[in-house]
Amino acid sequence: MKMRWMIGVLLLAGFALSWAVPHFGWLDPYILLVLMYLGINIILTASLNLVNGYMGEFSVGHAGFMAVGAYVSSVLTVNLFPVTGAVFLFPVAVVGGGLAASLAGLLVSIPSFRTRGDYLAIVTLAFGMIVKSALENIESVGGPRGFMGMEQLTTLPWVYVWVVVTIWILRNLVFSKYGRGMAAIREDEVACDLCGVHTRRVKISAFVVSAFFAGVAGGLYAHVLQFINPRMFDILKSTEILIMVYLGGMASLGGSILGASIYTIAMELLREQGAWRMVLMPLLLILLMLFRPRGLFGLREFPWLVPLRDLVLLRPVKKQKEKTHVPAGS
Amino acid sequence: MSLLEVEHITQHFGGLCAVSDFSLRLEPGELVGLIGPNGAGKTTVFNIMTGVYRPTSGRIHLDGEDLVGLSPSAIHARGLARTFQNIRLFKKMTVLDNVRLARYARLGYNPLEALFHVGRFRAEELKILEHARSLLALFHLEDAAGERAENLPYGLQRKLEIIRALASQPRILLLDEPAAGMNPPEIEELMAFIQRIRKEFALTILLIEHQMRLVMGICDRLVVLDFGATIAEGLPHEIQKHPQVLQAYLGVEVGE
Ligand SMILES: Nc1ncnc2c1ncn2[C@@H]1O[C@H](COP(=O)(O)OP(=O)(O)OP(=O)(O)O)[C@@H](O)[C@H]1O
Ligand SMILES: [Mg+2]
Repeated sequence: MKMRWMIGVLLLAGFALSWAVPHFGWLDPYILLVLMYLGINIILTASLNLVNGYMGEFSVGHAGFMAVGAYVSSVLTVNLFPVTGAVFLFPVAVVGGGLAASLAGLLVSIPSFRTRGDYLAIVTLAFGMIVKSALENIESVGGPRGFMGMEQLTTLPWVYVWVVVTIWILRNLVFSKYGRGMAAIREDEVACDLCGVHTRRVKISAFVVSAFFAGVAGGLYAHVLQFINPRMFDILKSTEILIMVYLGGMASLGGSILGASIYTIAMELLREQGAWRMVLMPLLLILLMLFRPRGLFGLREFPWLVPLRDLVLLRPVKKQKEKTHVPAGS
Repeated sequence: MSLLEVEHITQHFGGLCAVSDFSLRLEPGELVGLIGPNGAGKTTVFNIMTGVYRPTSGRIHLDGEDLVGLSPSAIHARGLARTFQNIRLFKKMTVLDNVRLARYARLGYNPLEALFHVGRFRAEELKILEHARSLLALFHLEDAAGERAENLPYGLQRKLEIIRALASQPRILLLDEPAAGMNPPEIEELMAFIQRIRKEFALTILLIEHQMRLVMGICDRLVVLDFGATIAEGLPHEIQKHPQVLQAYLGVEVGE
């Protein structure tokens, strides 16, 4: 109970801070910008972790869903919303982008999860390419030149709120029967099916939720940059998100927060190095795979990210001394 | 009418006929053993009954309803639960979550309630938690609830797999070589365990087993499979002396 209070207070304090910092100009605008990217990366990483980490599937087209969210929300704020109301309607635009992305997610997942086997990687790869070339050919959103005219509607408090909402919702999902279903799909899909889980439905739902938040991240991203073009959402961007997921650790929201933070900050620190950072990060990843294949925080969770009920129950029992009598067989 | 009627099941894998014209009836409360040499098709029968494979031909009726063509999860929902020859626990999940997962279909809340932890979510989760814990307590596993399934000793993993199957409150329990890899004292304990759950959960059990000690000790009736076909059926002591069974197991022509 005490922890719940503390979390609530800390979340509120965090919100106040996210408002005060830019308002009073406590930090360099450049650092503010990095902080916003960091938040967006957390949303991207945590949402992809749902599919790749918790569920053990391999989706490689997260940037495609991000693109859908970015374009849809931008078209909403620039072309459809009244000029004066844009600020207030911004959350609607972001949710709209998320919904569009989740619809795309639904379309992608239905054929991908039709049968067992690993079609998802191929389908999502193709999806990423299709989205990019489709956008390049739609003149009304600028084609290859890109789309602009958005105001900088994404602010630090907004990013903060969306990060909290994303993590909270993903945590709720993970600690529910659907989350257990996802983990069981990762562990043994056939056995999971035989335990009464409608595995295909669970997979599609997880994918749709994951795509939604990728779309939200896209919407926020577009309204930081105020300019988007199809190349921003290519396979490199998807790879970057994959790196953050595996760096932080599979099946861990805490891991995703860590992974996104470390990656974003490292990339900024290495900016001076230019082309070298494109060598250093993959190298880091290879080292990680060799020495810590689960990622920094894989399959673990910060206590404050675990619902109270589960926390009390799932705390591993300390060294069971008087273990039940059955000795190891075979 | 029997509880379960398997009628003329045939299963081909390419050119191989794994099960041919297999029939079986289970009466409520029975404990039937399915035996036969390696590769006889026993596990395949389980896979067909639980919807993993769709048989080439044949029908399966549970309480008069045809199960052929239903998905594994749908068949599970109708009261058929099983264990596996090679333990298939969700290794990285906790013992508690392994048990809770089996009640997935019985948790009455929808995705929206799960996303926001509102509505029926709390009450339903508390209910299932209580159920899973009491089930674990019944078999003295409550202390291991937070442990990852893979960290349990082998014997307990076998036991947990059975408990997971019980969690869905099945009518029929299918056990695929539950004694595999166990030593005589462990088998002894397993026999008592099976008899106990049979009584306490009012189960009908079909079990595959190579350990004759277990089969002869607890089964009401045996069905012997060889090359996908039933070669004998009867009471344990009858089967023990059945010429065709001896031939299948020992490879000798009896009476020659
Ligand atoms: N999915 C499959 N594809 C092709 N052949 C299969 C498949 N499943 C089983 N078989 C074959 O069907 C036959 C029966 O296999 P099954 O696993 O049912 O035997 P079993 O009686 O359970 O044997 P054991 O006692 O060794 O477990 C074997 O020859 C096996 O190789
Ligand atoms: Mg077998």
